[in-house]
Amino acid sequence: MPDIDVRLERVTKQFADTVAVDDLSLDIEEGEFFSMLGPSGCGKTTTLRMIGGFEEPSIGTVYLGGRDVTDLPPYKRDVNTVFQSYALFPHLDVFENVAFGLRRKKVPKDEITARVNEALHLVEMTGFGKRKPSQMSGGQQQRVALARALVNHPKVLLLDEPLGALDLKLRKQMQLELKRIQQEVGITFIYVTHDQEEAMTMSDRLAVMRYGKIEQIGPPEDVYETPATEFVASFLGASNLLDGELGRQTDGNTAVQLAAGSSVTVPTDRVPHDLYDTQVKVGVRPEKITIEADRGDPAPGFNHVTGLMRMATYIGVSHQYKVEGPGAKELTVYVQNLGAAPAPSPGEKVRLVWHPEHTFVVKPSAPLTQEEEVE
Amino acid sequence: MEQHLQSDRPGVARHGSRLGKRLAPYLLISPGGLWLGIFFLVPMLAMLSLSLQTGSIDTGFRQTWNFGVYPHAIGEYHKYFLRSLLYGGVASAATLLISYPMSYWIAFHGGRRKTTYLLLLLLPFFVSFVIRTLAWGFILSDEGILFGTLKSWHLLPSSFRVLNTGTAVVSGIAYNFLPFMALPLYVTLEKIDRSVVAAAGDLYASKRETFLRVILPLSVPGIFAGVLLTLVPAVGDYVNASILGGTENHMIGNIIQTEYLYNFNYPLAAALSFVLMAGMVIGILAYARVLGTREIEEYV
Ligand SMILES: Nc1ncnc2c1ncn2[C@@H]1O[C@H](COP(=O)(O)OP(=O)(O)OP(=O)(O)O)[C@@H](O)[C@H]1O
Ligand SMILES: [Mg+2]
Repeated sequence: MPDIDVRLERVTKQFADTVAVDDLSLDIEEGEFFSMLGPSGCGKTTTLRMIGGFEEPSIGTVYLGGRDVTDLPPYKRDVNTVFQSYALFPHLDVFENVAFGLRRKKVPKDEITARVNEALHLVEMTGFGKRKPSQMSGGQQQRVALARALVNHPKVLLLDEPLGALDLKLRKQMQLELKRIQQEVGITFIYVTHDQEEAMTMSDRLAVMRYGKIEQIGPPEDVYETPATEFVASFLGASNLLDGELGRQTDGNTAVQLAAGSSVTVPTDRVPHDLYDTQVKVGVRPEKITIEADRGDPAPGFNHVTGLMRMATYIGVSHQYKVEGPGAKELTVYVQNLGAAPAPSPGEKVRLVWHPEHTFVVKPSAPLTQEEEVE
Repeated sequence: MEQHLQSDRPGVARHGSRLGKRLAPYLLISPGGLWLGIFFLVPMLAMLSLSLQTGSIDTGFRQTWNFGVYPHAIGEYHKYFLRSLLYGGVASAATLLISYPMSYWIAFHGGRRKTTYLLLLLLPFFVSFVIRTLAWGFILSDEGILFGTLKSWHLLPSSFRVLNTGTAVVSGIAYNFLPFMALPLYVTLEKIDRSVVAAAGDLYASKRETFLRVILPLSVPGIFAGVLLTLVPAVGDYVNASILGGTENHMIGNIIQTEYLYNFNYPLAAALSFVLMAGMVIGILAYARVLGTREIEEYV
């Protein structure tokens, strides 16, 4: 059992008229790559700032390495931050930017030189020491910002959307870089993003937040395959959700009566325990579905619904289909492009089939507001 | 960089706009250029020519290429040049020390009322320069509201006086040129990226170190501009010296004024002006060198 590095205990942060973080508790393990994910305004930055010491909780306690640091200023915490805007010192060259923290801590000169060079090497910026921030690209500035934080050997590194300003290609590249660096230095990374793909690729565990609370926390696979709420299901990847009502349990399976008529089954252990209502949403990820012609009897032991093919899109690696399912709900299906069967054409009646193991049941959530959808 | 971006953009009709694009900078500077050419350069040349003439207002001035006026102007009046420099320099320094904390506070802690505070700062300067200086003289006068009261309470000896001293002139200049320092300072301080300040705190800098290592260096362009805008008019100023300085504390501006308006010694007045200008230009170039204009460009 690894040590707990960061612990938030029932932390609330209230601004004048908003509760930014609402009674949030969280444990982050040593050496973990932990991501906080959620729509705009859900309290990610505020949570991070409370860990960094830039913001004081209204209620609750923050522990770092077992020590209560709730009232300590940032510079007394063993934590460094990589800011979204890089926040490099424009009047200092790269070397001095990276050396800044060490100089404040009165580290001996020789050691500063050695550690700065080591940090620049780690982020592959050796030889850039004399450059000014204005003479570098966004990606290079981001690397320097990373080196400037890592050079202090903090216990925890906080990153607030550090790749937000980069273009897609550079972003992908930096994601891998960040992961590599994190594994190399073994520091705990707490990473804030609203890009779900980014969070899934990089994290050991992630927390999906909404309204200042954690909706679900766990390894990316768990959260993706078994979302706990409708919100998580739709925020993390595409999902197909149908209204249903929980029915009888038999042999470790639970039947869910779909509002539109037919019924599907789901393993009982995949049904959340804390449902307060039998009205639920039942869902399946688009890549778990196979499409077949709506002829003959469906294979036993599988879930299926019928629908009308609306749109087929060729994406290259896959085909993407939009199908009008039960209750006029639009369902999405991804089919890997194996070059085999001809694609069903729009207007055809089709049957969507998937395994009960791939079915999930979630609590309905309030729909995404427009503000939340704005990136 | 810009050119690169432009040539990357497809579908822009380049041929038609090429000539216009080349001419654009010249077209843009031509109104200002003409203005300066007519109203600055021409009179300057006329004054330069005037400074080398001899004669008197009664007999008329004739061009005699009398270069000797320059050594004479410097030799005779160097005391006033130095005094002007001293007063202007001290006043600029005082203005800087007074304005910096004020601008800093408005920029960093002004919150939603920033504009109100700036307006309050500027309010006294809606009053005419001369009236303000007269009022300042009134405040500083020997038996005025400030010193008169203090003397009547025996907090100051009755011989104490500020008016008609160098101190009065310096304080008047410092007071009158305050906005020229405070505004550029405010603008640079306001522009400093707050996340950079947060980053300094994150990297173990105390409040004091954050100021000395980050905020102060980043505000150098503002200091540069403020000092320039204060020092140049301060050194050439004569209103403060004539209203607050009495007869003993004349600056070079007063001499030029006297020579020109009362003694009608136009060549001498013109020569003194040119010496002052040349001195300022050289001084400013040296100053820009020290604070490094190229570095200043990098900050912004
Ligand atoms: N200093 C502040 N004063 C008042 N309200 C604030 C302050 N900082 C944040 N808030 C509010 O708290 C809520 C959470 O803000 P926070 O910055 O933590 O969101 P976020 O999850 O980081 O969003 P984003 O993805 O847009 O960065 C928002 O409603 C925001 O308006
Ligand atoms: Mg944020």
